[in-house]
Amino acid sequence: MNKLLLGTAVVVFLMITGLTVGSANAQSKNSLMIGVTLEPPHLDPTAGAAAAIDETVYANVFEGLTRIDQNGAIQPQLAESWTVSDDGLVYTFNLKRDVTFHDGTSFEASDVVFSFDRARAGDSVNAQKALFAAIETVEATDPMTVKVTLSRPEGSLLFNLGWGDAVIVAPESAATNKTSPVGTGPFKFSRWVKGDRVELVAVAPDAPIQKATFRFMSDPSAQVAALKAGDIDAATNLNAPEAVLAFQADRNFEVAIGTTEGETILSINNTRAPLDDVRVRRAIAHGIDRKAIIDGAMFGFGTPIGSHFAPHHPAYVDLTGTYPHDPAKARALLAEAGVTDLAVTLKLPPPAYARRSGEIVAAQLKEVGITVEIVPVEWAQWLEQVFRGDDFDLTIVSHTEPLDIGIYARDKYYFNYDSPAFKAVIKRLNATSDPAARNALLAVAQDIVAVDAVNGFMFQLARLGVWRKGLKGMWRNAPVQAIDITGVRWE
Amino acid sequence: MGRHPGFVLGLLLTGLLGLTALISLIWTPYAYDAISVAERMQGPSAAHWLGTDQFGRDIATRLMVGARNSISVGVVAVSIGLVAGGLLGLLAAARGGWVDELVARGSDVVFAFPAIVSAILITALLGPGAVNAIIAIGIFNIPVFARVTRGAALQVWGMEYARAGLAIGKSGLGVTRDHVLPNILSVLIVQATIQFAVAILAEAALAYLGLGTQPPAPSWGRMLFDAQTLMSIDPKLAILPGLAIALAVLGLNLLGDGLRDILDPRLRTEPVG
Repeated sequence: MNKLLLGTAVVVFLMITGLTVGSANAQSKNSLMIGVTLEPPHLDPTAGAAAAIDETVYANVFEGLTRIDQNGAIQPQLAESWTVSDDGLVYTFNLKRDVTFHDGTSFEASDVVFSFDRARAGDSVNAQKALFAAIETVEATDPMTVKVTLSRPEGSLLFNLGWGDAVIVAPESAATNKTSPVGTGPFKFSRWVKGDRVELVAVAPDAPIQKATFRFMSDPSAQVAALKAGDIDAATNLNAPEAVLAFQADRNFEVAIGTTEGETILSINNTRAPLDDVRVRRAIAHGIDRKAIIDGAMFGFGTPIGSHFAPHHPAYVDLTGTYPHDPAKARALLAEAGVTDLAVTLKLPPPAYARRSGEIVAAQLKEVGITVEIVPVEWAQWLEQVFRGDDFDLTIVSHTEPLDIGIYARDKYYFNYDSPAFKAVIKRLNATSDPAARNALLAVAQDIVAVDAVNGFMFQLARLGVWRKGLKGMWRNAPVQAIDITGVRWE
Repeated sequence: MGRHPGFVLGLLLTGLLGLTALISLIWTPYAYDAISVAERMQGPSAAHWLGTDQFGRDIATRLMVGARNSISVGVVAVSIGLVAGGLLGLLAAARGGWVDELVARGSDVVFAFPAIVSAILITALLGPGAVNAIIAIGIFNIPVFARVTRGAALQVWGMEYARAGLAIGKSGLGVTRDHVLPNILSVLIVQATIQFAVAILAEAALAYLGLGTQPPAPSWGRMLFDAQTLMSIDPKLAILPGLAIALAVLGLNLLGDGLRDILDPRLRTEPVG
């Protein structure tokens, strides 16, 4: 009996001391450990398309003239204010004073000129050169004023300049930003342990978060375990939708289900026979059952889409009824196209949304008579074979750039869609700044892409954020590719 | 037989494994890749004996096809090891000298790498996939058999009857065929049974790591991997394939142990009385 009492006492004692130690830690905590799915290939957002780059450095390390906040609204950043000429062709930006880059050099108008000219140059490796397409000249009228002259009105210029691809870099450090990024943001780059983590430290000594670490964990179960064990404080887009259910019931954690700009699509190589036949692509569209994919792969988290457009955007048109799930129709379309025994490969990058949807899509297409061979690939292979190499039939990927339907007007984009009608719409859109007229054109654009069944449009990725209770200021939504920790603190 | 309960149990389990795999060739309750999301993660029922997985696929079906997958990996991989390793071992024992040194030390070198590490290395080089996994497992089986064969064969070569065979003018090949091979066969059978279990385990490990059988084809290891994050919601997704692997490996090990007891003449004793 004594032993039992003693044992109980020890257990109780351990629990009490454990609890106090735990809460003491939470109070003094000024570091942040975030689990992310993908490791960035490098850290220069002006030289790569990978979302992981922006997620690490956007707003944290690098800043642009404007920034996008968590609701998708445009906010001033390095530009304190701006004026637009009546014809919409001249933007004058007044820059923020006393800003320095992390290497000590000061931020001036010449840095803006350098950054934009570098991004627009013929040999530029900027992944989103289209953002700057309307810009004719960028001039520094004085050290704190920049004049941007456009060749045509660009309705979304201020939004465009808020992208990670449009951040301001310094001429002294631009060449080495890939490995040691130097920006003007509240966090500076500390170190990058390849394959494991990137560490940032606060510039201001009194910042609520002094050290932020992005840890790469591609495995959803590892993220879940790390959260539960306290190895990471937050997972901004938990790769394991099923685990969210468990976290919702756990009072140590906060679950935020938000929206992302990620249109998750079954990309089709539009030039590869017989996928170049619109009837075959429509058959694929009729073959996939969005609800089953969202339920099966994402545990119900996600919104069905019928075109390449985010449902939370004001210009969104619900086109999910264009080619509803209809296996009989799909088979008829295949027969009409004279396609029998169609066998295709489906290359799947590592994220769970892709691997899981892929298995479901393969089974659904099998039902309409299309044999799908699943080929799991790593990201490097995916970029090389699918994105750059054109070597694929089908793939599944989430396009997480905001308002990116313009990619369908690009020449030689990886899914190889080429439609003069669509290009004309985007051209008109780029020259339109009236919001209502823009939305009308965006509706037309959505419709063309949907009717042409360019890709299999599946669902808008939900953002499943989970973080420890007490962590405030994390973004619920992801209107741009960002894990903005500049407003984060522990309570 | 009655003195080898382990052997009987092993035989039963292995028989069950083989039978399941055979049946799956001609019949399964459902198609292994038939997805029905509406019916996902159901418990056992008359329609789905062992319930359904995260995509609503029938788990019994996937375990059956997984058994077939495990067996084919085992058979092919062990055959590769048995034939290539066996020949090397016989050659080493028959020729001696530098050939023997080469085979023995070569095996030692390969042995220096843990089996699963070499299999991962090989699949990483050849690319993931069921066939490459089989080749990888087969390759790491070669030194195992080479070593066992060489040891056993050397013992036979030391026997007077083998020497006598040479004395009456038989060639090395002739002695190997007439005396060595028949006498080491039991050793090889036992080793093959045990390696079979190792191969099944290795395949599961490779599939678990994403290097073996690719989805949607079912593999027990792959099923375990998929169940990882779902375990807290639906434990059977992990328990069932885990149990299948455990029982198959246990069965083959018991069978191997039993066979060794039965086939090894040194352990064979006349019943008393």
